[in-house]
Amino acid sequence: MKRVALFSLILLVCAGCAKTAKDTNTLHIWHWMTDRDEAFSTLAAKYEQETGVKVVFELYAPSESYQQKIIAAAQARVLPDIFGILDKKSIMAAFIESGFVADLTEHFKANDGAWEKTLFPKALAVNTFTDGNVSKIKPGIYGVPIDVTNIQMLYNKTLLEKAGIKTPPKTFNEFLADIEALNRVGVPGLVSGWGELWLADAFASNYAFNIMGEEKIMATYRGEVPYTDPDWIKVLKVFATLREAGALAEGTVNKANKYAEQDFALQRAAFTFNGSWCVNVYHDMNPDLKYGAMLPPAISADHPMMIWGGAGSSFVVNNSSPVKEKAIAFLKWLTEKDQQAFLAEETKNLPSNRNALSSIPSILSEFAQVMDQTTHPTVWEYNEDPLVIEAFDKGIQSIIIGETTPEDVAVEVQRIKERQMKKAKR
Amino acid sequence: MSYLRLKAFSLPRTLGILENYLFILPAVAIFSIFYVYPFYEIFNLSLHDWNGISLTRQFIGLGNFKELAQDKIWWSSIWHAGYITFIALTFQNALAFALALACDQDIRMRKFYRIVFYIPPVLSEVVVGLIWQWILYSGMQDGQHIGLLNYFLNWVGMPHLVHNWLSDPKTALTCVAIVHSWKGFGWGFIILLAGLQTIDRQLYEAARVDGANSWTMFRHVTIPMMIPVLLVVVILTILGSMQVFVLVLSMVGQGLVYHTEVPVTRILASMTGTNQFGYACAQGIVFGLLLMVISFIQIKISKNTKQA
Repeated sequence: MKRVALFSLILLVCAGCAKTAKDTNTLHIWHWMTDRDEAFSTLAAKYEQETGVKVVFELYAPSESYQQKIIAAAQARVLPDIFGILDKKSIMAAFIESGFVADLTEHFKANDGAWEKTLFPKALAVNTFTDGNVSKIKPGIYGVPIDVTNIQMLYNKTLLEKAGIKTPPKTFNEFLADIEALNRVGVPGLVSGWGELWLADAFASNYAFNIMGEEKIMATYRGEVPYTDPDWIKVLKVFATLREAGALAEGTVNKANKYAEQDFALQRAAFTFNGSWCVNVYHDMNPDLKYGAMLPPAISADHPMMIWGGAGSSFVVNNSSPVKEKAIAFLKWLTEKDQQAFLAEETKNLPSNRNALSSIPSILSEFAQVMDQTTHPTVWEYNEDPLVIEAFDKGIQSIIIGETTPEDVAVEVQRIKERQMKKAKR
Repeated sequence: MSYLRLKAFSLPRTLGILENYLFILPAVAIFSIFYVYPFYEIFNLSLHDWNGISLTRQFIGLGNFKELAQDKIWWSSIWHAGYITFIALTFQNALAFALALACDQDIRMRKFYRIVFYIPPVLSEVVVGLIWQWILYSGMQDGQHIGLLNYFLNWVGMPHLVHNWLSDPKTALTCVAIVHSWKGFGWGFIILLAGLQTIDRQLYEAARVDGANSWTMFRHVTIPMMIPVLLVVVILTILGSMQVFVLVLSMVGQGLVYHTEVPVTRILASMTGTNQFGYACAQGIVFGLLLMVISFIQIKISKNTKQA
């Protein structure tokens, strides 16, 4: 009896260690987009009907948890056939370097670049590594954008009208004058989810581009220009000015974006800083909201105001997937005009296929109009060290709560920058 | 001599021993896979510079620990956790003890109170955080406060107390600590109530016969008899409060500058925010050791108290 039990145990252990056979007619996709899950399922059913290939979308939300899941899956070598990398370009580079992501260049360039030409170049740029990239990744296209996005300022037409403001502000001084008018009628000015630090970072980045231009920003990241430079202090002073002018709605400093979205949708603030995905959110929260999109009001005329944007969500293909070709074929299908128009209609996101733009709602058109003025850390030649970014963003928070001056923040950020540079040299 | 050797290498005996080992193999394997290996891997990672994805890691020896020793934000996060723990030890446990004492008496609706006081601990920390975020919300609409607390303060004629509770460094951490105490007092309440009910009622009778009043009975009967239970509650409170983080994340998100950082949020930030897996592991080890030291001190105190 003892021996039978022993034999069964050994069998059980061996069976547990055996590799499971992979179904080669099913694609597994892990995603984080709660608002698109239903539309994805509909498209998956359509694809199965057309091709016989089953597509399983597995939702893992929120995005922070998804990000962690993908990293854990990479460490355990159990990534699905298609997944997204919601992280900095350096992390995407690490995934590629480790052999987790397939190079799609050949597919994009086939038939005289037919697939590539249908998509917004800015969206593709996020997934592209160019010649001589700092990560030393083989030049090519490694991801497929399924929508595009950009982050702008939005204004509530009703509240602006209440304060007697006829047109949205174009310059920072006009904006401050509008804030004064709004304060007079008791309407809070700007609300944003700056508790999610990347959003405050994006706002600061817009003004950095406007005040000093891309070259100087990149020089700072390379360590050639210090953060104590007057231009960087000017960027930080934007937040001090907003604070002094009473432009920020209560709690903006550490508000989660979903609450900021709620505040704007429910007309608790006249301006917000948010991405094009908000169209869907506001539509669900308050379908009668009258609002428009605008670029953040410029401070300087020396450089154009550049906003963060490009690929909204991208998928990459697992390089070791046994159904790699089928996965690529599905992504190609997903970015075709019909599927893109369906996704735009259902989820109110900007399509990555430029041919699908004709069928989008008017507010989305306002977002689409400035796609040429978008930029993003994922397309920059250099990226700042994450610890320096953290110090910079936390510094912004400390300026907003009136705890520190822009000059002090600049000194602290520069101190961390120098420390990280020394560490990198070692 | 040769007989002894033969006995030592007896095949059936060796097989029997092997068989015994084989039976404990699953337990050893599970223990090794889920305890020994992760501990080893965390320690090993703490000696490396690794972004969590790359196939290569750079060995840096004790570099992460040296950096951690100079990381002011890390040590301030431990201080913050200590502050939350202090509030929990005092406010939370005092409340739990007072309510346990009340429910130990012969009062009406005793069972109802027991259930009500036990509701907060069984609620999800995320839910509790979000509810309190709404209570402490500082926004306004059409000149009216939306947050329940500010609305109430305004309504009762105390508008000067209306505050930006979670966005002010002076109040944010205290708010988190109070909510943590509110959520946690139910555990202490149940344990302390169970402890109170084990005290022999004859001790109180005897004290009463000797002319002791309520206060004297509390000081000389209840407290000494409750010391072992109180120590358990104190240990659990310290371990639970030092590791608080879900509540922090759900109430103040990524934080208010560094004023609401606690050790676990720093570990998370190192791991997922700045992709320093090795550094995060070093933080985890240092924090784990700190908790172990605290626990050992408490066990020592507990033993000494019992002996006394």
